Amino acid sequence: MDNEIRILGIETSCDETAAAVVCNGKEVSSSVISSQIKLHEKYGGVVPELASRAHIEKIYPVLKDAIARASILPEQLDAVAVANRPGLSVALIVGLTAAKTLSLVWEKPLIAVNHIHAHLQSAMLEADALELPAAALIVSGGHTSLYDCRNCLDLKLLGATIDDAAGEAFDKVATILKLSYPGGPSIEKAACNGNPKAIQFPRSMLGKDSLDFSFSGLKTAVLYYCQGNDMKAPSRVNSMSENEIADIAASFQAAVIDVLVKKASRAAKKIGAKTILLGGGVAANSALREALEEMAEASGRKLLVAPRKYCTDNAVMVASLGYYKYKAGMFADMGLEAKASGEDSI
Amino acid sequence: MQSKTIEFISNSVDETIRLGRKIGATLKGGEVICLDGNLSSGKTHLAKGIASGLGADGDSVNSPTFVMVNEYHCKFDVYHIDAYRAESVAEFEALGFAEFIGPSAVVLIEWANKILPALESLDCIRIELEHKGQNVRLIKITGDLSL
Repeated sequence: MDNEIRILGIETSCDETAAAVVCNGKEVSSSVISSQIKLHEKYGGVVPELASRAHIEKIYPVLKDAIARASILPEQLDAVAVANRPGLSVALIVGLTAAKTLSLVWEKPLIAVNHIHAHLQSAMLEADALELPAAALIVSGGHTSLYDCRNCLDLKLLGATIDDAAGEAFDKVATILKLSYPGGPSIEKAACNGNPKAIQFPRSMLGKDSLDFSFSGLKTAVLYYCQGNDMKAPSRVNSMSENEIADIAASFQAAVIDVLVKKASRAAKKIGAKTILLGGGVAANSALREALEEMAEASGRKLLVAPRKYCTDNAVMVASLGYYKYKAGMFADMGLEAKASGEDSI
Repeated sequence: MQSKTIEFISNSVDETIRLGRKIGATLKGGEVICLDGNLSSGKTHLAKGIASGLGADGDSVNSPTFVMVNEYHCKFDVYHIDAYRAESVAEFEALGFAEFIGPSAVVLIEWANKILPALESLDCIRIELEHKGQNVRLIKITGDLSL
């Protein structure tokens, strides 16, 4: 007898078009992300630039691939889960429409998933045991949010960025330093050879109890430093030595990590967390992982970090959270809408 | 309508947000506001002020660089767009730009200079922000706006 619950997950909240099949919330049967497969070669034709973020040309091949790689028939699926918030409306709508259509045609229940909550699922995916409550930190290009996680369906937003997300700060500082895109990996690489204490960049804590984040002042400080404290002068970056760039990258990275670790620690104390969870694209940063590990260990807490392949946007996390909603009987109807905001709605 | 240019000096992030609030409070709906200026010149902070002047929760207004469009539903529907990552005018338009504009909406566009052809037929309020020091910004506003 087949006791497995198989969920098809769909993710289209920003740049990535992704689909995945996950069994019982943990076993990944397939995971397809559009940027990681060669759509052009495989399906012929060219994805027009116009639709590069519109997902329309990618959703069908990605879904087809996810089902094929899972070696199952649609009948074997138990539900279709889709990230319907928060994100870019025109992008979310593509995944949502696909999910509704499949749900209707295959006669499978539809499940709505919060994209940011789903990122946490990536951190829990490979954990054998999870002690709750957890202070959960999601750090990506578009989001920097801290949650009080009682379980994966009971999350309370404790704080979020009031200006730039941490990942965005990495990208923009990489631009200032004329490093390649994406900024996260290039700053991390440059920082490896630099002294994190070379320059004392500001750490914006927003008051002693705040769990919100602000990274735009840090970005301005790096820019000002690279301008030689003269905003009208040409940038000094072109004439900087590799060592100086490395020092700036390392000092900037240290400032971001300092703030993230301190706020996570603050949140953990506040809610009496037994575990710290880390997810989102910036969770791939080794220095951040190490600093959080150190903090967690020193305070007797356990750190769970998303495996690198599930740090950035993917559909495994959507299918995984969908499983717990399936078990809890939390289904959506055909009136489900895409929402640009809603970091705090389960 | 003849458009005039008004100049402001902001000495801090807070002053930029306050100016934004004043601008927001005068909006009547239907405006498209372009926010241009280099990295770190205060575009998002000004947008934060404008949206809070329209009744949005200021803390929820953050940079749309990655997501590309933030929406705040307050006195009007505020669409806060960032063209920083748009690779073409067509891609910008594919964000649903034409549908955002309307009498009960206010559209804010950061890095509007990148997608000027998409704005040709519109009567936009143009705001340019310029670095004058680490915290000092010159803010120039051109368009039909009575402050």
